[in-house]
Amino acid sequence: MASPLTGYLVLAALLFAIGLAGALTRRNAILVLIGIELMLNAANLNLVAFWRFSPHPEALTGMMFAIFSIAVAAAEAAVGLGLVISIYRHAQTTDLDQMNRMKG
Amino acid sequence: MSPVFYVLAVFTVAGGLAAVLLKNTVHCALALTVAFAGLALLFLNLDAQFVGFAQILIYIGAVAILVVFAILLTRGTETPPTGVFSHSWFVGLVIAAGVFSVLGWAVLQSARNLPQEPAVPSVTVHDIGVALLGRYVLPLEIVALLLTSATIGAVIVAMHEKGRAQ
Amino acid sequence: MLATPASTLSVPFIVDQVFVLFKDWLVSFLPTSWRPAAGIVLGVIGIVCVYPGLFALTTVFERKGLGRMQNRYGPNRVGPYGFFQPVADGIKSLTKEDIIPFDADAVVHFLAPLTLVVTVFMGFAVLPMGRNMVLVNLDAGLLFFFSMSAATELSVFMAGWSSRNKYSLLGAMRAVAQMISYEVPLLLTTVAVVMIAGSLSLPKIVEAQSGYTGWFPHWYIFTPWGLASFLIFAIAATAETNRSPFDLPEGESEIVAGYHTEYSGFKFALFFLGEYVAMFSISGIGVTLFLGGWSAPLPFLNVVPSWLWFFSKVMLSIFVFIWMRGTLPRLRQDQLMNFAWKFVLPFTLLNLGVTALWRFMGEGWARWVVSSIILAGVYVLMGRVGMFKKHFGPRSYRYAE
Repeated sequence: MASPLTGYLVLAALLFAIGLAGALTRRNAILVLIGIELMLNAANLNLVAFWRFSPHPEALTGMMFAIFSIAVAAAEAAVGLGLVISIYRHAQTTDLDQMNRMKG
Repeated sequence: MSPVFYVLAVFTVAGGLAAVLLKNTVHCALALTVAFAGLALLFLNLDAQFVGFAQILIYIGAVAILVVFAILLTRGTETPPTGVFSHSWFVGLVIAAGVFSVLGWAVLQSARNLPQEPAVPSVTVHDIGVALLGRYVLPLEIVALLLTSATIGAVIVAMHEKGRAQ
Repeated sequence: MLATPASTLSVPFIVDQVFVLFKDWLVSFLPTSWRPAAGIVLGVIGIVCVYPGLFALTTVFERKGLGRMQNRYGPNRVGPYGFFQPVADGIKSLTKEDIIPFDADAVVHFLAPLTLVVTVFMGFAVLPMGRNMVLVNLDAGLLFFFSMSAATELSVFMAGWSSRNKYSLLGAMRAVAQMISYEVPLLLTTVAVVMIAGSLSLPKIVEAQSGYTGWFPHWYIFTPWGLASFLIFAIAATAETNRSPFDLPEGESEIVAGYHTEYSGFKFALFFLGEYVAMFSISGIGVTLFLGGWSAPLPFLNVVPSWLWFFSKVMLSIFVFIWMRGTLPRLRQDQLMNFAWKFVLPFTLLNLGVTALWRFMGEGWARWVVSSIILAGVYVLMGRVGMFKKHFGPRSYRYAE
C-alpha cells in the first residue's frame, strides 16, 4: 500500500506540468501569468503535503513556507498584471508572439 | 488514499486543464478559480485550515479578480484570428510532458520510502500566530516590505503617463 | 449532548437552549455514529429556513418603512396590512419566464446566482446565533467568514460579464471595484478586535465581551478604538452589500439595474435573496464582533433567551440599513473611491495603532483619555485637510454646458 503522500506529490507534479504547458504554449500574456500561478499553487500543495506528513508538524515549517509563498504570489500577480496593462497601453496587444522587439 | 482525495484531485486537475486550454480568456480565469478552490479543499483535507482559508481569501478573492480586471482592461476577451496557442506550442508541450515524466518517475521511485499518514497534528491559529511573530518574524517583515513595494510598483507601472497619453 | 445537572434546568435555561435541546432530542433517535453529521444537517436546515423567512419579512418591512419615510403607504393590498406581499412576490417570480439573452454565456449566466447564494449562506456556518448555537466552531472562523464573502465578488462579476450587456458589465465592474476597495478597511477593523480578543474563533470573541462592570457590558463598541472600528465597519459593510448610499452598482438612473439587469424570474429572485442574506450575515458578524453577540445589554436582562438578543440586534442593524436608504443620496464613483482610499484606510491603520496602545497601556483611565484624544484629533485634522480646497456651492459642469 503506497503512502497517501504519493498521491499528493503526483497531483502536484501534474498541476505543475499543466501550468508549465500553459505558460509555454499560450499567446496571451495574461494566460502565461495564469500558468505561472498554477505552478506556484502546485508548489504550495507540495509544501503543505510535506508539512502534514513530516515527523514534526508542530514546527510548522512547511505551512510557513506555504503562507509566505501565497503572499509572494499575490505580489507577483499584482506586478505582472500591472506590466501587462502597461505593455498593452503601449503596444495595443497582449500577444507575446508580437512582442519581439527590444525597441519601444 | 481516500475517495475524497480522488474527487478533489479530479476537480482540481479539470479546473487547471480548462484554465490553460479554453479559448475565451475570461473562461480561463473562471476555470482557474475552480482550480484554486480545489486546492483550498485539498489543503483542508490535509488539516491545514488556516492555509486553506487564506488560499480562498487571497486567490479567489483577490488574484482571480485582478486577472479578470486585467483581461477586461486589455480587451482580452476577443479571440485573436491567429489562434490562441503560440507557434512554438509543440516544443512547450514536449517540455511540460518531459518535466512531468521526470517528476512522476522520481516520486514513484521513492514511493516505498515515503512516510505513512501520521496522526492529525493539533495546530491552532494561535500557534501559527506565535510562530509568525516569533521564529519567522524576519521573513514576515520582509514579506510585508515586499508587498508594500509591489503595490506601489504595480500602481506606478500601470499608471497613465501624463502628457504622453493619447 | 449537553451534560447539565438537574439544578440548572430552570425555565430560562430551557427557553435559552430550546433549539439546542430540540436538536439533541431529534438526534438521539439515531445511532451514535450518525449523530454529529445529523446535528450539522439539522443546523443547516434551520439556517436555510430562518434566513429566507427573515428575508421575506424584511422586504415587506423595508417597503412599508420606506413608504412611511417618503410620505406614502407601502404595500397594503395582500393580506392584513399587506403582510402577505412576499408570498405574492414569490409566486410572481417563480411563474415568470426565465429569459436568457441570445448572446449571453449560458453556463456562466446560470452559475452566477447559484454561486452567490451558496457562498453567502456558507458564512452563517461560523456565526454564533445564541449560547451553544453555532454550526461549526472553527478555530479560524473569522477568516472563513471573510473568505466566503470574498468569493461572492466573483459571482457578481460572472453575472455582469456573462449577460453581454453594457449596463450589466458596468454595474459589475463598479460593484467589484467598490467591494475590493472597502474589503481592506473591513478586514482591518476586524483585526483590531482579534488583537484584543486574542482569537479568530467567533464564540470566543463573544465570550470575551460577555462580562459586566456594574451594569456596564464589556462590548467592544464601548471603547474608543471599538467605536471607531464599529463606525468604519458599518460604512464598509454598507459598501460591501451595495446598499444606499453606496448603491452605485445598481444606480437605476444611470445603469438600469447593474449586474442583474438581464436576470428575470427565479434567477433574479436568487440575486435578491443573496443580497438580503448577505446583509443579514454582515450584520451578524458586526453584532458578534462589536455588540457582544448574543449577550444581553444589562446583567438582569439575561433571563431573555440569548438567540432573541442576537436576532434583535441583527434586525436593529437592518433597520438602520433601511433608514439610511430612505435618508441619504447616492454617492458619485470618484467620491466613493476617494473616501475609501484617502480617508477610511489611513484612519483604519491609525486605529490599529491605537488598539495596540490600548492593549499595552494596561487597566486604568489613562488609556481611555489617550486613545480618545488621538482618534478624535486625527479625525478632525484629516477632515480639515481633506476639505481644505473643497468649496461648496453650485456645481459647474465641464461637458454638459
